[in-house]
Amino acid sequence: MVAPRPPREHLALLVATRKGAWIYHTDSARQSWRVDGPHFLGHIINHMVLDPRDGRTLLASASTGHLGPTLFRSTDLGKSWQEAATPPAFGPSRNDLPARAVSCTFWLTPGPSSEPGVWYAGTSPQGLFRSADGGQTWAPFSMINDDPQFRHWFGTYQDGTPDGPMLHSIIVDPRDPRHLYFAMSGGGIHESRDGGDTFTPLVDGMDIVDGFDSGEISFHDPHCVRLCPSNPDRLYQQNHCGIYRLDRPGRRWTRIGRNMPADIGDVGFPVVIHPRDDRTVWVFPMDGTDVWPRTSPQGQPAVYATRDGGETWQRLDNGLPAGQAWWTVKRQAMCADSEASVGLYFGTTSGELWHSRDEGAHWSCVARHLPEIYAVETACVA
Amino acid sequence: MRVLIPSALHAYTGSAQVEANGDTVGAVLTDLERQFPGIRFRMVDEQQRLRRHIRIFHAGEMIFDLDTALRPDRELCIVQALSGG
Repeated sequence: MVAPRPPREHLALLVATRKGAWIYHTDSARQSWRVDGPHFLGHIINHMVLDPRDGRTLLASASTGHLGPTLFRSTDLGKSWQEAATPPAFGPSRNDLPARAVSCTFWLTPGPSSEPGVWYAGTSPQGLFRSADGGQTWAPFSMINDDPQFRHWFGTYQDGTPDGPMLHSIIVDPRDPRHLYFAMSGGGIHESRDGGDTFTPLVDGMDIVDGFDSGEISFHDPHCVRLCPSNPDRLYQQNHCGIYRLDRPGRRWTRIGRNMPADIGDVGFPVVIHPRDDRTVWVFPMDGTDVWPRTSPQGQPAVYATRDGGETWQRLDNGLPAGQAWWTVKRQAMCADSEASVGLYFGTTSGELWHSRDEGAHWSCVARHLPEIYAVETACVA
Repeated sequence: MRVLIPSALHAYTGSAQVEANGDTVGAVLTDLERQFPGIRFRMVDEQQRLRRHIRIFHAGEMIFDLDTALRPDRELCIVQALSGG
């Protein structure tokens, strides 16, 4: 009797947009792509993530212009979807604070391999939620949602992004599932070492907009925080005000973006870290001058890379438009694979999906004419 | 009672008209949830407020209060607000 061959893993890109979701399948050569979609046409999909622990379970956060937010789950790579029985939702009013309602689930993070079935979700307005059953039921997590101090740090709706205030960048230390981080736009970065019983701010060294008090946590606007896969004691951050690195157990962020070219600056949304090298990082700068156009600087999009932890930066734009390209890349819309020559991927606000097979040295376009892209995630499909 | 369902919720009901029971708007929505799990939260948030772009009409009146009593001989019409521009 011949044993069945184990399923061969392949690479896929999970693309979440303002009008639905798409899955692009490829193999390790990454030469050609097979598109599957749209899924949820017309829905706002903020994030779609594959569970790396089984390589089969997809979660997608969804809402529409008219309907309330929900989460969908698939165990067959999107052939069929089931709605979460209990999507993230706030509880009733507590501590004499105004009751809140989830507008959308903005961010999804699978738990560590030691906790199969655990997922975390960040919402708008800022809320932290957890599922212990693979995303089927969700409950408010930790003390932050109804804590008076955190409510102050959340700020008002006007203090958030143009799409509302967001909780994002939920990180679980792969060595210790009780060691957690999250970030808020606005509201700073926060850390827990007790499984979410308490969180404390982690904003030392971070700049805020000129003229404001950096001691006020609610003024801090981290756009994206990532933990180094090869070194869980190192984090990088793309902030509204700069690019930063933090080496633990230190608590003070270093603004490595000051080493970026002055005419480019160090404003942007995403930050992506090499899967095996904690000194290599990619960012996608945007124009943060005067009225904050949030486009590529001078209409000339480029990825910038550092290979030395932020001491120096190199421009990577071979294959990207040379001019009159006024798009940018949102915080969840840039990622890396873990192939020997690392593949990089980003989706634009103008609905283009770009990739590089050689760590950013050359770029080519996978797809055009998609809706505005909110998130791009790589997935190693079992 | 006959309930008219907007197109955005047909994925739950499979049709534009369904039957549901209840003496109030809230009770009818609860019965809809029993029949079509998940549908209520798309229309009513966790603080029991109708979502911003959902409108409910009954007997010629637009209803915002889920405790509003219903006339069993009249239908309940759930619509998407014309808020798309």
